[in-house]
Amino acid sequence: MTAFLTIIILLFIAVAIWQMVKIFDLAQVGTSNSQVATDKDNTLNAYLMMGFLIFIYAITIASFWYLGDLPLMSNSASEHGPGLDNLMVISMALIFVVQTFTQFLLHYFAYKYKGEKGKQALYYADNNTLEAIWTFIPVVVLAGLIIYGLFTWTSIMNVEETEDTMVIELYAQQFNWKARYSGDDNTLGMANVRLIDIDRANILGLDESDPNAQDDIITTELHLPVGVPVLFKMRSQDVLHSAYMPHFRAQMNCVPGMITQFGFTPSVTTADMRLNPDIVEKVANINALRQENKEDIEAKGQEVLYEFDYLLLCNKICGKSHYNMQMKIIVETQEEYDAWIAEQTTFKNSLTN
Amino acid sequence: MSAHADTHAHDDDHGHHHKETFVTKYIFSQDHKMIAKQYLVTGTIMGVIGVLMSMMMRMQIAWPEEPNVLFEALLGKWAPDGVMDADIYLALVTIHGTIMVFFVLTAGLSGTFSNLLIPLQIGARDMASGFLNMVSYWLFFVSSVIMVISLFVEAGPAAAGWTIYPPLSALPMAQGGSGMGMTLWLVSMAIFIASSLLGSLNYIVTVINLRTKGMSMTRLPLTIWAFFVTAIIGVISFPVLLSAALLLIMDRSFGTSFFLSDIFIQGEVLHYQGGSPVLFEHLFWFLGHPEVYIVILPAMGLVSEIMASNSRKPIFGYRAMIMSILAIAFLSTIVWGHHMFISGMNPFLGSVFTFTTLLIAIPSAVKAFNWITTIWKGNIQMNPAMLFSIGFVSTFITGGLTGIILGDSALDINVHDTYFVVAHFHLVMGISALYGMFAGIYHWFPKMYGRMLNKNLGYLHFWVTAICAYGVFFPMHFIGMAGLPRRYYTNSNFPLFDDTANANVVITMFAIIGGLFQLVYLWNFFHSIFYGKKSEQNPWRSTTLEWTAPVKHIHGNWEGDIPHVYRWPYDYSKPGHDDDFVPQNVPMKEGEEELHH
Repeated sequence: MTAFLTIIILLFIAVAIWQMVKIFDLAQVGTSNSQVATDKDNTLNAYLMMGFLIFIYAITIASFWYLGDLPLMSNSASEHGPGLDNLMVISMALIFVVQTFTQFLLHYFAYKYKGEKGKQALYYADNNTLEAIWTFIPVVVLAGLIIYGLFTWTSIMNVEETEDTMVIELYAQQFNWKARYSGDDNTLGMANVRLIDIDRANILGLDESDPNAQDDIITTELHLPVGVPVLFKMRSQDVLHSAYMPHFRAQMNCVPGMITQFGFTPSVTTADMRLNPDIVEKVANINALRQENKEDIEAKGQEVLYEFDYLLLCNKICGKSHYNMQMKIIVETQEEYDAWIAEQTTFKNSLTN
Repeated sequence: MSAHADTHAHDDDHGHHHKETFVTKYIFSQDHKMIAKQYLVTGTIMGVIGVLMSMMMRMQIAWPEEPNVLFEALLGKWAPDGVMDADIYLALVTIHGTIMVFFVLTAGLSGTFSNLLIPLQIGARDMASGFLNMVSYWLFFVSSVIMVISLFVEAGPAAAGWTIYPPLSALPMAQGGSGMGMTLWLVSMAIFIASSLLGSLNYIVTVINLRTKGMSMTRLPLTIWAFFVTAIIGVISFPVLLSAALLLIMDRSFGTSFFLSDIFIQGEVLHYQGGSPVLFEHLFWFLGHPEVYIVILPAMGLVSEIMASNSRKPIFGYRAMIMSILAIAFLSTIVWGHHMFISGMNPFLGSVFTFTTLLIAIPSAVKAFNWITTIWKGNIQMNPAMLFSIGFVSTFITGGLTGIILGDSALDINVHDTYFVVAHFHLVMGISALYGMFAGIYHWFPKMYGRMLNKNLGYLHFWVTAICAYGVFFPMHFIGMAGLPRRYYTNSNFPLFDDTANANVVITMFAIIGGLFQLVYLWNFFHSIFYGKKSEQNPWRSTTLEWTAPVKHIHGNWEGDIPHVYRWPYDYSKPGHDDDFVPQNVPMKEGEEELHH
């Protein structure tokens, strides 16, 4: 129904445009209009330029007002998160200042120096000092940003594998995720898609003869103990996928034929995050919206009430159900994690036949 | 220089008019002005298809999985009962991107204006090779036709994104669109690349060899500089895409393993071994990134020219503008890796690409400030072309600034492939380049068709488009920063993103209104070709050579001798002259200095 109404409205708008076109056309009959801007056009459009400047500021303010609580620039759930968020806030603030200033100059000049008959423009072709100024200032600012950015990047990407590091494999396939824990030996067994044996339920292609593989644990939910460094080793069996964990400020592509990696240390448990005032507010807001669309949501067989969870999303176009390739991530205390992992079946015991 | 001698040879030749038939004049024309118009009209038709696709995507995002009459009418079996299918959504994403980037903003923009303006502004009778120019257009036409045909393939058009990363694009079992649809996509693009290369070579040779007497490189209008450098980037980078496409065709059809390895799909292991999709990404982006400059540089050239002419002032910092074009062109070929920070590429490489990428902000800032200084203390004539040029600078700044975030590898981790990216590149190279194209059309329409576009419709077109463009893409940054991935058919499986739903409806509203108002432009364009007011020879009182040519198109551009050039192209409001513009073919007065620049 909404769609039908939309189409009707669209038709009306189209008719309205058509009418306007005709009116404009008729209005021009008989005038000696050369289709080159006159002083009147210059004045009108100069005022519109100022109006447009106000519009740009207004849409900026409106976006911050209505959408400002959406961005993930605080409440990160990983140890490297705050550093990255800090860089983001600095960059955004800088952009905001430059944007406000340059848009003002552009539109204000367009307004101020509107054309008038008989006016003489300034013949001003060059000024090396000015060019030097707006070359040098970006150089300095960017040098700062580059250095800060590269330090942040290097510290995130150069993961040192220590004894404490927990190695987990993330395994992507159209259209779901699996996680593989390394078990008591803390070593992932060898694997290759050529060893996949669906009949024996060896779905990730683990090498059954590899002793390290025997105690590996394959799960469909990702549980992480808080405060323990994790190093994800990523594989894909079919096409490119991307493991995107926005709350942890983490993302890496999963590439068939190679193993990629990304490491971070989760810093806030799911339970704690659910108590975070910002998250409480966000969830309340989402649930209010979901109550409004209750029937639709129930018709799709989803729960109406939403509870916050960390998520792993696929963020590289991977086919038809790309939009629904997700896995829940649960960060919990070491005790909770130990209890959970103890309940899972090891690879050796999961094989059939 | 030797161009002078050539000129005379041409002049003699010009005396005997060839008898033109309908076919040689309108279809297989070798005249650059006609070819420019052919590019423009073909590009416009492709643009209508591309924009219509984006409208459908926006409607799907705003009202996911709801029946829609438009879908039912346009998508046929892909929208049973008017509900869009998930596969066709990805196909729309893919073909919209391909059409807009290549067919509209490369061929439609660069093809139109390089062809129209290079000979006219440098003072040449035609392109260096009229025949190659004709072949270039017709290859483009054929590739357009194949791309459109691919929309009607049984299993669906290509749907792996415009970047066609394998293995998704290589394996028909991974996606319906990777069968015949992808084959046609690759064939179409291979032909497109051939067309683009022929065009670019022609532009380069023409600019180097056929300049009229007095037209030194430092007297070239910035349009020509932009087209010239664009053609060079095209020649350097397009062949790499061709090789990527050929290798992909081999992987798809002949069982090679350039990009594929270790694949298990639909219950079977494929034989591929040892290839890497990351290699494809490198090859693709080696073109793909310069491509955005292939799109934006011509727009920058057009805007520079239009801003100077309509401000009645010289372009500020002519030399700096040229240097920044060259700097951007150089840097554009060594930054492609910023699309691949999280592709599995070595993080150290990521650092290098962060460094080179952020450097591009410097020449970009120089250009932006030079444009702003150009209008400072001007006598600004608010013609529609000028409005679109100011709009260009505005969206280029807004869109360009967020590049500082995306080009920073650390920050890219969390916004990569989200709507933040969509907002960024649509503003900085989509909307901006489109504004540049519109500005060019409003400005040079009299040169193309001898008639004027209606200015009031131009104003209406600009202001509604300007508001809608910001209305669509500004809020989109925030949705992206909320972590919403792009290319999702619906977000309804993620309650986490429910609070972005209303914003998506608002964005779609702006998109629909903005899209509809393009009808005003289309009507203005096609109506004015036949019924527009007749143009004077130099309606905007500009200095460049194209306005010294007669309104009525003649083969060879000028009756009699080609004008000689005595000054740079930006002598607007020069003290000591009666008019506020001095055309390039007016000799220096005694004691007058060529202010350099």
